[in-house]
Amino acid sequence: MKRSLALAALLTVLPATAFAHKAWLLPSQTVIAGNAPWITVDAAVSNDLFYFNHVPLRTEGLTITAPDGSKVDPQNVATGKYRTVFDVELKQPGTYRLAVTNAGLFGSWEENGKPRRWRGTPASFATEVPKDARNLQVAQSVMRVETFVTNGKPTTDALKPSGEGIELVPVTHPNDLFAGEAATFKLVVDGKPAAGLEVEIIRGGTRYRDAQDEIKATTAADGSFSVTWPKAGMYWLETGTKDTKVSVPQAKERRLSYVATLEVLPQ
Amino acid sequence: MSKTLMPATVTIAFGALLSAPAWSAELTLTVEIPKLDVAEYHRPYVAIWVESADQKDVADLAVWYQMRDTAEGHGTKWLPDLRQWWRKSGRNLQVPVDGVTGPTRPAGLHSLKFTDKQPQLSRLAPGNYTLVVEAVREVGGRELLKIPFAWPARKAATAKARGSSELGTVTLNAKP
Repeated sequence: MKRSLALAALLTVLPATAFAHKAWLLPSQTVIAGNAPWITVDAAVSNDLFYFNHVPLRTEGLTITAPDGSKVDPQNVATGKYRTVFDVELKQPGTYRLAVTNAGLFGSWEENGKPRRWRGTPASFATEVPKDARNLQVAQSVMRVETFVTNGKPTTDALKPSGEGIELVPVTHPNDLFAGEAATFKLVVDGKPAAGLEVEIIRGGTRYRDAQDEIKATTAADGSFSVTWPKAGMYWLETGTKDTKVSVPQAKERRLSYVATLEVLPQ
Repeated sequence: MSKTLMPATVTIAFGALLSAPAWSAELTLTVEIPKLDVAEYHRPYVAIWVESADQKDVADLAVWYQMRDTAEGHGTKWLPDLRQWWRKSGRNLQVPVDGVTGPTRPAGLHSLKFTDKQPQLSRLAPGNYTLVVEAVREVGGRELLKIPFAWPARKAATAKARGSSELGTVTLNAKP
């Protein structure tokens, strides 16, 4: 019981790990052209793709990287019952990376018979979590939920791995995907090729069909995997893993998750 | 979607590569934008280009798009809807392009003529190519037609492709 309580607490503070719900960013379009065109993005967590029916995806950890590597602020951010919305002005030509990342420690314990939850960093762990905390459970996680949008010609400068957690390295550019064609990507963990990661890919519009029709792939020794897109549409790509690269000894493992929304165009 | 109606292509003997071609040739094409009976009509965006045997865009002949600002943004915003052209050429260009881009055109027949002296075709090596015409219309559909041809033509030849939705008949006349 205590364990499940603690787990429930963790689930609450980890909105987008590899549990039942799917977190995603949904751009209004991924291929656009012009002097400074705008796009709008929905950010949500749901079971169905891509419908807003569970909770909004919080965008505290949102980073928009412009083609030249600089950071861009989202505009008109609003969070409703089921989704967060924001706009982005694409002033530069090239590819933008929009990512919600969240890395940290999540703890739960009992204090005077009541559950306590805590979220922070390795530094604040030492000062904020009591040394004698009862039934202390600590999890470390690194999550990334992202998508890519290109104004004009696709570029890759904004897609350079940050070096933390799971990231996708393009072999095929993520804004150059077409139905019937194969695309290849590489997955890295902390910047290094990640072999044996299981990737799940689901096309949007799940409400209008009977099966998820998920596509599965596993990364090879060099971290690469390929997928042949059966149809045009918005696809949700998810993978996750865990390791023991923890920052504090109380954390038993580090959980890593990655989600990308990719648009596949018709021929 | 694409229809090819040319029976056979003529094999061209490759001559020595010369900086200036020792021959002359021209392409005349007629593109029909059909008159459509729809509640909301907007002129289509049209791209006309030449593809090599490996399906690369080797010459943009014409691109018609809305070249001005509107309440919904500048007309370039919808250029990627010319999906194949955008992928093969458009996204690598800075529009407008002299001698290639122009405003959208009304329903009717539009004739275009290109000779080997014009920049679009002057760099085209002798060989087999495909003329591609792609049209996309706001709140409408998209259609793409292809006509294979040999460059330069040894004798006058005419080929046609007929669209079924966004394009009417496209006629290509190749002349030595």
